[in-house]
Amino acid sequence: MARVLLKNLNKKYDDVHAVKDVNLEIRDREFVVLVGPSGCGKTTTLRMVAGLEEISSGEIQIDEQRINELAPMDRDIAMVFQNYALYPHMSVYDNMAFGLRMRKFETEEIERRVNQAAEVLGIQALLERRPRQLSGGQRQRVALGRAIVRNPRVFLFDEPLSNLDAALRVQMRVELKRLHDRLETTAIYVTHDQVEAMTLGDRVVVMKDGVVQQEGEPLELYGRPVNRFVASFIGSPAMNFAEVSIAQAGGALWAETGGLRVKVPPAKAEALRRHAGRRVVLGVRPEALRIAGGADSAEYAFDSVVEVVEPLGNEILLDVRAGAHAMVARVDPATRVKVHEKVRLAFDPERLHFFDAASGEAI
Amino acid sequence: MIEGARWKKWLWFYLPMSMFILGLLFPFYWMAVTTVRPDRELYRPWNHPLYSPFWTSNPTLDHIKNLLQETLFDRWMWNTMLIALAATLISLLCGVLAGYALARLRFRWAGLLGTAIFVTYLVPQTLLFIPLADIIRDYSIGDTPWALILTYPTFLIPFCTWLMMGYFKTIPKELEECARIDGATRWQAMLYIILPIALPGILSAGIFAFTLSWNEFIYALVFLSSPEQKTVPVGVVSELIRGDVFFWGPLMAGALIGSVPVAIVYSFFVEHYVAGMTGSVKG
Repeated sequence: MARVLLKNLNKKYDDVHAVKDVNLEIRDREFVVLVGPSGCGKTTTLRMVAGLEEISSGEIQIDEQRINELAPMDRDIAMVFQNYALYPHMSVYDNMAFGLRMRKFETEEIERRVNQAAEVLGIQALLERRPRQLSGGQRQRVALGRAIVRNPRVFLFDEPLSNLDAALRVQMRVELKRLHDRLETTAIYVTHDQVEAMTLGDRVVVMKDGVVQQEGEPLELYGRPVNRFVASFIGSPAMNFAEVSIAQAGGALWAETGGLRVKVPPAKAEALRRHAGRRVVLGVRPEALRIAGGADSAEYAFDSVVEVVEPLGNEILLDVRAGAHAMVARVDPATRVKVHEKVRLAFDPERLHFFDAASGEAI
Repeated sequence: MIEGARWKKWLWFYLPMSMFILGLLFPFYWMAVTTVRPDRELYRPWNHPLYSPFWTSNPTLDHIKNLLQETLFDRWMWNTMLIALAATLISLLCGVLAGYALARLRFRWAGLLGTAIFVTYLVPQTLLFIPLADIIRDYSIGDTPWALILTYPTFLIPFCTWLMMGYFKTIPKELEECARIDGATRWQAMLYIILPIALPGILSAGIFAFTLSWNEFIYALVFLSSPEQKTVPVGVVSELIRGDVFFWGPLMAGALIGSVPVAIVYSFFVEHYVAGMTGSVKG
C-alpha cells in the first residue's frame, strides 16, 4: 500500500519558480504520468518526491507520513533514470544487487530476488555482463530490474524511454504497462511524450511553467481539455485552432472569421452567448474533420484548399487552408484528393472546442 | 586517421610521428651513451682515434660505480622516493575530496573557490619559495624531509583538485543519485560508486603529482642543505658540478637512473592515464 500526496508543493531556485503550488494525490497502485514540455517542472516535481531536490515549501506524504526531511534512501522508493544510470564498473547482477546489499539483505535472499527480477524481465543471460556490453533496450531492462528487486513502495520513472529508438520505445512501453499490471506498485512517470503519457497512465497530469494545467484519465484530457494548452498538447497531430468572432444572426450564434463561418452547436450556445461580439478561439481535432458528403449540414462545413497530402497508409493527413487558417484533417485512406484541389470539410458539432482568446480557458 | 593512399599515410602520419619520437627520445639516448662513455672520449674527444659522437666503442660502467660509491646517490633516491610518495598521497587525498566537493556539492562561492584554487597554481614557485622559507624556518623543519613533504602540496593540491574536479564532472550525477535512492549514504555512494569509476582520473592525478615531486628542484635546493638530505635532482647537480668542473659521466648516470622510477610508474598505468586525461565514462 502506498499513497503519495503532494500538498502545495513549491520549488524555487534563485530566480526561477520551477514548481508552483502543485497539489496531487496518487492513489495506491495507480500509474500517474506527469507530462509537459521541457522546463515545465515535471522532473523537478519527481526529484522532490525522490528526495534529490529540496522542497522550498509544501509537503510530500507517502502513506500519511511526511517525508520532506527523509533522505532518499529512507523513502523506500526506486527510480529509473533517462540515461539508465547503471554502475559501469559492476556486472548486471551487482547492479541489481547493490541496493539490497546496501540494505544488508542476506546473500541467498539477494540471489533469489535478483534471479526472480531477471526472469520477469528476460535478462537471465546477461547477469554476468557489464553495462557497456548491453544494447539500449537491455540496459533499460537492467535499470528496471534494479528498481523492482527492492520491491519499493513507489516507482519513479524519469523519461526512461527517451534514449531508445522509436520501435524499441513502443515495445518497452507495452512491457512497462504489463510490468505495472503484474507488480501493482504505485508509479509516477515523467515524460514529454504525450503518446507515452496517454498509453501508460491510469491518470495523466499535464504541467506547464510549473503549474498543473489539468489532471484526469487520458480520454478525459483528450475529450474535455480545460484550456488551449492542454488541447494542443494532447493528441497528435495537434488540434486545429482558429481565432473567430462570435456573432448573432437569425436566433443562432455563428463563429466567423475570414473564409470560415460555422454555427455554434446548441450545447455550447449558452456559454458562448456571453462572449458574443468578442474574439474566441475555435478548436477542432484533425480526426473530427472529414470530407463533406451530401448528408452533411452546411452549417457545420467549410471550403478549403489542399496544400499537402500525407498518406500514412491507415489514414491520410490533409494539410488544408481555409481562408487565412491552416488546418490538418485526418481522413479516410480511400479518399482521393490532390494538392491544390478544393475540398469541402465537415465536422462533428459535438467535437468543437471553444477557448477564451485572452486566458486560453475552455468555454 | 588519415584516409587514402598508403604513401599519404607515410607522409602525413608515420614521418612526422617518427620525427617527434626521435626528438623526444634523443636526450635519453644521449644520457645513456654519455653514461657508458669513458672519460677519455668525454674530454678532449678529438684526441681519440675512434671517436664517434653518437656511439662509443669502449663502453664502461665506471661512471655508475663512481656515482654509487663516491656519492650519496642511494640515499638521494630513497629521500626522493619517500618525499614524492608522501607528498603525492597527501595531495591526492585533499585533491580528490576537494575536487568532489567543487564538482558535486552545491554551495555558495563554489565556482569562485574553484577559480581561486586554480589561481594559486599559477603563482610561480620561484616567488612562493621566499615566504615558504620563512614558514619552514619558523617551524624548524628546514633540512628535513618534512620541509618538502609539506610544501610540495602547495602546488600539487591545486593541480590534483582541478584534474579531479574535471573528471568528477564527466561522471553522470544520476549514478550517485541512483545509489543514494538504492540505499547508500553520500559517503557510501562516493566510496562504492564514484571513486571506483574515477580511478583512471585518480591514477593520472597521482602519476602527475608523483612526477612533479620527483623532478622538483627549487624547493629542494632551497630547503635542504646537508648532502644526506638531498633529493636526486639537487644532489646530482650540487655534488657532481664543482665550480666549473662538470663530471659528465656520473651526472648523466645519475639523471638516467633517477628517471627510471618515473618511467616504471608511467608504463604501469599508461592505459588508465590516457583514460584519465581524456576523461570518459560511458554508461
